[in-house]
Formats: sequence, structure tokens, C-alpha cells
Amino acid sequence: MGGKARALAVDAALGGLVAAAMALPMLGVRLEDGATGLSLGGRFDWVLWAAGIVAGGRLLIGALRLTLAGRGPSLPAPPRALITYVGWAMVAFALILPFLPFAGRNMVDKATLVLIYVMLGWGLNIVVGLAGLLDLGFVAFYAVGAYSYALLSQTFGLSFWLCLPLAGMLAAGFGLVLGFPVLRLRGDYIAIVTMGLGEIIRVVLQNWQDVTGGPNGISGIERPSFFGLSFKMVPPEGSRGFAEFFGLDYSADHRVIFLYFLILALALLTNLFTLRIRRLPVGRAWEALREDEIACRSLGINPTTVKLSAFATGAMFAGFAGSFFATRQGFISPESFTFHESAVILAIVVLGGMGSQIGIVLAALLLVGLPEWFRELQQFRMLAFGGAMVLIMLWKPSGLLSTREPAIRLKDAP
Amino acid sequence: MEYFLQQLINGLTLGAIYGLVALGYTMVYGVLGMINFAHGTIYMVGAFISLITFLAATTVLGTSVPLALVLTLFAAMGLTALWGWSVERVAYRPLRAAPRLAPLISAIGVSIVLQNFVAQAQGARAKPLPPVFRGGVTLMDSGDFVVSLSWMQMVIMALTLGLMAAFTWVITRTALGRAQRACEQDMKMASLLGIDVDRVISTTFVIGAGLAGVAGMMVTLYYGVIDFYIGFLAGIKAFTAAVLGGIGSLPGAMLGGLLIGLIEAFWSAYFSIEYKDVATFSILVAVLVFRPTGLLGQPDVEKI
Amino acid sequence: MSEALLDVEHVTMRFGGLFAVNDLSFSARPQEITAVIGPNGAGKTTLFNCITGFYKPQVGRITLNHPSGPLLLERLDDYTITRKAGVARTFQNIRLFARMSVLENLIVAQHTRLMAASAFSLAGLLGLSRYAQAEAQAVERARHWLDKVGLTAFADEEAGSLPYGHQRRLEIARAMCTGPVLLCLDEPAAGLNPRESAELNRLLLDIRAENGIGLLLIEHDMSVVMEISDHIVVLDYGRKIAEGAPTAIKADPAVIRAYLGEPDEEEAG
Repeated sequence: MGGKARALAVDAALGGLVAAAMALPMLGVRLEDGATGLSLGGRFDWVLWAAGIVAGGRLLIGALRLTLAGRGPSLPAPPRALITYVGWAMVAFALILPFLPFAGRNMVDKATLVLIYVMLGWGLNIVVGLAGLLDLGFVAFYAVGAYSYALLSQTFGLSFWLCLPLAGMLAAGFGLVLGFPVLRLRGDYIAIVTMGLGEIIRVVLQNWQDVTGGPNGISGIERPSFFGLSFKMVPPEGSRGFAEFFGLDYSADHRVIFLYFLILALALLTNLFTLRIRRLPVGRAWEALREDEIACRSLGINPTTVKLSAFATGAMFAGFAGSFFATRQGFISPESFTFHESAVILAIVVLGGMGSQIGIVLAALLLVGLPEWFRELQQFRMLAFGGAMVLIMLWKPSGLLSTREPAIRLKDAP
Repeated sequence: MEYFLQQLINGLTLGAIYGLVALGYTMVYGVLGMINFAHGTIYMVGAFISLITFLAATTVLGTSVPLALVLTLFAAMGLTALWGWSVERVAYRPLRAAPRLAPLISAIGVSIVLQNFVAQAQGARAKPLPPVFRGGVTLMDSGDFVVSLSWMQMVIMALTLGLMAAFTWVITRTALGRAQRACEQDMKMASLLGIDVDRVISTTFVIGAGLAGVAGMMVTLYYGVIDFYIGFLAGIKAFTAAVLGGIGSLPGAMLGGLLIGLIEAFWSAYFSIEYKDVATFSILVAVLVFRPTGLLGQPDVEKI
Repeated sequence: MSEALLDVEHVTMRFGGLFAVNDLSFSARPQEITAVIGPNGAGKTTLFNCITGFYKPQVGRITLNHPSGPLLLERLDDYTITRKAGVARTFQNIRLFARMSVLENLIVAQHTRLMAASAFSLAGLLGLSRYAQAEAQAVERARHWLDKVGLTAFADEEAGSLPYGHQRRLEIARAMCTGPVLLCLDEPAAGLNPRESAELNRLLLDIRAENGIGLLLIEHDMSVVMEISDHIVVLDYGRKIAEGAPTAIKADPAVIRAYLGEPDEEEAG
């Protein structure tokens, strides 16, 4: 044990030294913008802190390893029934959330944001989790959905309910077009190419002034109505407002709550679709393709159509989410569709445990919801976000909930 | 003609920088078969280390500019290499046996952490550095357009050539290079033959990050302005360069870098600056679709 | 005997300067087991990949006399060869859908039929009974093959978690679920112990007897080849050096020289 302790101390000391060397320029010196240019400021105590934290951390991890050595994995996989119950409980909670006493307008708004990411996660899960195609440009389809709605509604005056399916179809069409180049690629290459395609779309949105408004984006996008009933304080000429129709006092909360239920419905639709498609030939082919493309080909499955259908389906749901985003914000610009968004959505899918629907909800709560509640620490949000991605991967490389349930069982079959 | 020549010089300079970064992508891909997503951010860290060291050497220590440059070169190479080593040690090594996507997600996480770390520690605003040395030689003067090769461009090209030579020597002539090539072929077999695979992988990251550090220094001195976000685009472009040259091929990475630099320079000069990134991405997509092995890569036959 | 099921004529496949398969011709008949044997690197797997469409031979013609008319396989894509021509295959290094269950593996194999029944899954999405019936049939067929290969008890297990011998049999069951007229098996006995190997022989004879289809197999294990084959083709360096019934092959001097005759060769038994 003495030898081990010494090795541990040496390791910690070395770690501290490396950290000190790394921190010396990056933390120990601060670049200060001045009127005459850059100048330097020192804060060498920070270097010591960094070295101390790393050394202490190494010591702690090493000690934990020594004491925990030999113990197996701690968490057993949760049983199938439990997951189902948790799922239903979550749906029930989501349904009553806006009416709970502690849920103010602010909280419903945040829940709406989380649900957007849940829906995007579920949509991307079709592409990544089921079909195994690593798509890092998913945000492009989200953008297509948002811009489609904004442009269709502003140019042709179409209503949200008409634009929603149109936006989904347009996004799916883009999915087909953008899916084509990646058909022949494998693994990581797909990731990079889809990332490139996503960036191309963003750059085009940014520069195609006449149509997209360039960096200024599109504002004044039509807000949704409750089957024709407006949520505005003063409803348009000749129509009735939501509050008036139902005999309620006007409140701005109505729209917030309506938007919440709208995205909840859209998200649940995505979930229902995924659960259903997994039992159907197309969904099975997606999963089979993820496992082994060559075997698929030997069974008469055309990988091209299977991949394209996965791409287009995922894109369609992103398109729905995009139009929802546009109608909720009333304003969109290329800023909202950067690569960073794609990375967040992919992180949600992978951290959740690819293919696990509830895992995705948990990951969305963790990665989107949690930081929203710590807005005061705004500047460290992204730091913590990236750190969480790394730590969760190190802790559970196959995601939070990674057990896969077969979509069909012989003992349940007729 | 003069304009063309000037773009050629600018493009080659830019391409040398991309090429150095691309080497890091290609080496890691060769050994581990993974795209080191955080490599672009490592290059950004290298740029900051260079800026800080250079300022510290000239303003605080008061050394002369040439000495400051030498100091900066060593600091950029050494300290960036240390950052690269740590990233591999902390975020990739524990995931070597993990599912394919895990290291990629971890790498994306690392690059988000590094970007925001730098933004917090050094401020998110762009950092300007006045030109270190002005002037150069005039190659051609047609009256209304002057073609010049600045001292800085000469330094960049000379340094790149020197590093390439040293690097080629290491890979082809030393035991380390042999071990690395062995790991590329078959990691399991290499480890059975007594090669310390972990060490080879660490060295790969160290060399890659060191080269990226030098590239970071070049970009700082050449353009004179950096921010915490430069790693993202440069990373994609350097990766495109690696793919264009044939991923896994070292001369390919350099060739790809030069081509991407040239394409970008000429595209900006003759078509449109706004869409120059679209040009790069389109090349990436086109190469992968029509010639996935790149210009100098080995075709790999699908084993069934 | 009826006409040939599979006609391979002058097939040549080159990789760079190396002839993996060189001007090879032979036939396989329905309701027969045809074995392709030869030393390592003789081009057997390449031949298989040409027949199943994974490679396109540079020269030659591969005809499959399907009940509905002859088809030229070298002109079809790999997946249409299974779909239209009814050629199914297994792989030398097993390729199951490891994280899917055993039953799911067998149902994926019936993709083409289920897609047609469900109008590309749309009917299923809407919950129409037409798809439910098709799925029930698919499960029934899967159950039949699970019984045949003795894996019924493992139906809901992950395919990747099965022992090696079980995985081999599952791969054969999966190929049979596509409803083939020709089943190509790439070293089905590799890695099996003698008991499993004997079971495999029975299974293959059974498939031939009950389904009336042709079997084409690559094999190293001479006990399997000699015991169950009706017809043997011997390859060496991509060329055919002998062809005939097992007894004739055993006595063929060219075969003995190239393959069986080496006293210290493993396969010499």
C-alpha cells in the first residue's frame, strides 16, 4: 500500500506541474484591451489554484480508484416496466405542469424551451439513434422549417396550421437532397460532411439578403392562433379572441400556455411516431442498417432508400420544430442556427443513450433545462455544458439509459 | 497577372498554416481512426499562448523582436503540445474501448470547454496585435499594382518547410516513427510486439498539437487579430485539407492545406468573400462523395 | 437431373495485378449441395462476393435460372440479387444485427415482403389490419426457422450475446427467412466443434430435402464437404482444377497435389 500511496502522490504532483505549465500563459496572464492596444496583467495566484485543484483531483480520483477497485458496475439496468411507468408519469406531469401552483409564466416558458430540445432530440434520434447516421448538421433542417414558416406566412399569408405540414415537407425535401452526398460515406465522415452542409445553409441564410433578410433575419412573424382564435389583446377585425370565446379574462399567459401544449403535442407526436416505426419494416431496417450495412444488403434491403428515409424523416420533425420555434419567437435570424445548436442536439441524443426516448428527456433537462435555471451564472453555462458532455461520456460511454428493448417479443406475439 | 501572383503568394501562406493544422488531424486519424474534433480549438489555444508569450517577451522582458519570436515559437510548440497531451489523457484515453460515438462527443465537449475557458480567462473580444515587422520585398511593380512578399510570409513559408522536413525525418527515420506507422497498420499487433501503444498515441497528440501551436503563432503574427472562436472554422478547413489530401497521408495533408489556402485566396479575390466558406465546404463534400480517398490516400477495399 | 440453377461462365475478378478468380466456369443444380473448396486464398470468397453482387466481375456471366425466368446476376445490385433473384448468403465472419434480438434479426430478413404488405410502412403507421396480418405471418415464419435451428428459447435475447455456434445457425435461419432459391454459405462450419458440425450437416441436408432449393457452400472442413456435398468444385489460385462427385474428387490427382495431398496439411483428413 505504501508503494501505491507514493505512486499516487507522484502522479498528483506531476498532474499539478502540468496544470501549472498549462495555466501559466492562459490563466496566469491576462490580456487587457486598452486604448493603445493590448497590455498584460498578472494573476499568478490563479496558476497555483489550478495546479492545486488538479493535483488534489488526481489524488482524490486515485484514492477512490484504490478503494473502489474490484467492485462491479453499480447501477443495474432498470426493468422494462419501470421505464414505462416513469414515461407515463412524465407525460402526466407535463400535462398538468402549467396549472401547478408553483409554475409561473417563466417556468412554462422554460419548459417550452426544454420541450423544443426534447422534440429535436427525438427527431435526431431517428437519424442517429435508430439509423446510426451521425448527423452534425441537424440544425439546418430546423432552420429550413423556421424560415419556411416565416416566409410562407409573410409572403402568402398562410396560417400556422397550414404552414406546419408544408414546413415539415420542405425540411424533409432538404433532408433528401442533403442526405444524398452522405450516402456512400461511413461513420465519422458523415459527421463532418453533415456539419459542412449545415454551415453552408447557415452561410446562405446569412448572405441571401433579398430572401432571408441576411444577418438581420425576419421579424414580425405571425403568432399562432387557437384554431382561428387569436391570442392578441385586441383580436383582428371580424374575429374573436381566445379569451373572449371561452369567457376568460384576457391574459398574456394564455398564449404561453398554448405554446407549451402545442410543443408538448408535437413532441409526443414525434415520440409516438418513433415507438410505432420501430415495429414497422422501415424502422427495423433503420436499426439493422445501424448494426451492419453489408448484412442489410445481403437481405435485400436497399441501403440508399433506407438511409434517405431516415434522413428525411428526422428532417421533417426538425422542420416541425423549426416552424414552432419561429412562431414562438416571432423573430428568427441565422444566429439561432449555428453549429453549436447541432452539437447540443447531438449531445442530448448521445448522452441520453442512443435510442432511448426517456434518456433523451433526461439529457435535455440536464443540458438545456438546468443551465436555464442558473442564468445568473450565464458566463459559465457553456463551460459547464461542455464539461458535462465530457464527464457523462467518461462516466457512461454509452449514455445515461442505454439498454435497448426489442420492438417485438416472441412471447408477446400472437 | 500581378493580382494573380499576389493571390498565389497569399494563398500559399494561408495554405501553409492550414497544412500544419491538417497534419494533426491526419496523424490522429491514422493511428486512432477518429476525428479529433478538438484539434481546431487546440490551434486556437496555441494562438493565444503565442500572443501572450510574444507580448510578455517584448513588453515585460524587453527582449528584441527576433529573440521574442524564437521564445514564442518554443512556448507555442511546447505549451500547446502539453494542452494536446492533456486533452488526450483526460478526454480520449479512458474511452478507447467505448462505443464509436463516445470519443467524438467527448471531443465536442472538450472544444466547447476550451473555447469558453479562453473566452472567460482572456475575454471574448477580438485581440489585435500590431504588425511585428512590416515590409518585405517587392517582386513586381507594374505601376498600379505591386506584388510583394512580406517578411512575415517568408518566415511562415520557411518555418513550414523546416517543420515539414523535421517531421518527415521523425516519421520515416526514427524508432518513434516506426512505432507510429506500426500502430496505424494494426494497433493490437503492435502492442503484442511490445510497442507501448498508449505512448505512441500520446506522442501523436503531442506532435499534432505542437504543429497546431506553431500554426496558431503564425496566424497571430500574420493576421494580427485572434479571438476564442477562430478554432472552429480553421478546424473544419484544416480537416477539409486533410480529407482532400487523403486522410492518413502526411504529404497529402500538406498538399491539401496548400490547395485549400489557394482556393480560398482565389475564391475571395475573384468571386465573393461572403461565400468563401461555402467554397471550402463544397469541396469537402465533393471530395468525399467523388473521391473519398482524397488525392494521395490509399483506397481501402471493403472487406466482406 | 433438371437444368442448372446457377451457371457461372468464364468469371474473372482481378484486384490490381492479382487474379482472385480466373476464367472460372461451373454450375450448381437445384436440390443439390454444391461445395466450392480450395486452399486459403484460392478465390472462394471472392467468387461468392461476385455471385451475391458485392463485387462486379470484370469478365464473365453469372446466370440464375429463377423459376420465373433466368436472371443475369452480374448486372444486378447486391440487394436486388436477394430481392429478385432469391439468392441469400451468410458471411465468413458472422454478420448479425448484434444489438437486435434474435427474432428481430429474422423479421428484418423478411423486409421486402413486409414492406410490400405495409405499403412502405404507411399502412402500419396507420394501424391497418393488413400489416398486422403480414407481421403475424412473418413471426410465424421466424418461429418455424427458430425451431429448425433450435433457438426458440433464445428468441428475445440479443443476437450478439449468443454463443458462437448459435450465431452461425441464426445467420443461416436469417438467410432462409428471405425465402431464397439458392443459399450461399461461406464456411458455415468454421469454429464449430464436432457435435455442432454434425448438427449443421443435418440442418443443411434438411434444408435441401424440405425446401428443394440449391445450396452453394465454401468449406474448409472436409468432413462436412465429403459427407453432404453432391457436387464439388475445387479452386486453386482462382482457377478450377477439378469438379465432380465427392468420390471422384477424393481420387483426383490434381486435387491431391494442390490441396489434399500435402501430408502435413491440416485438412488432409
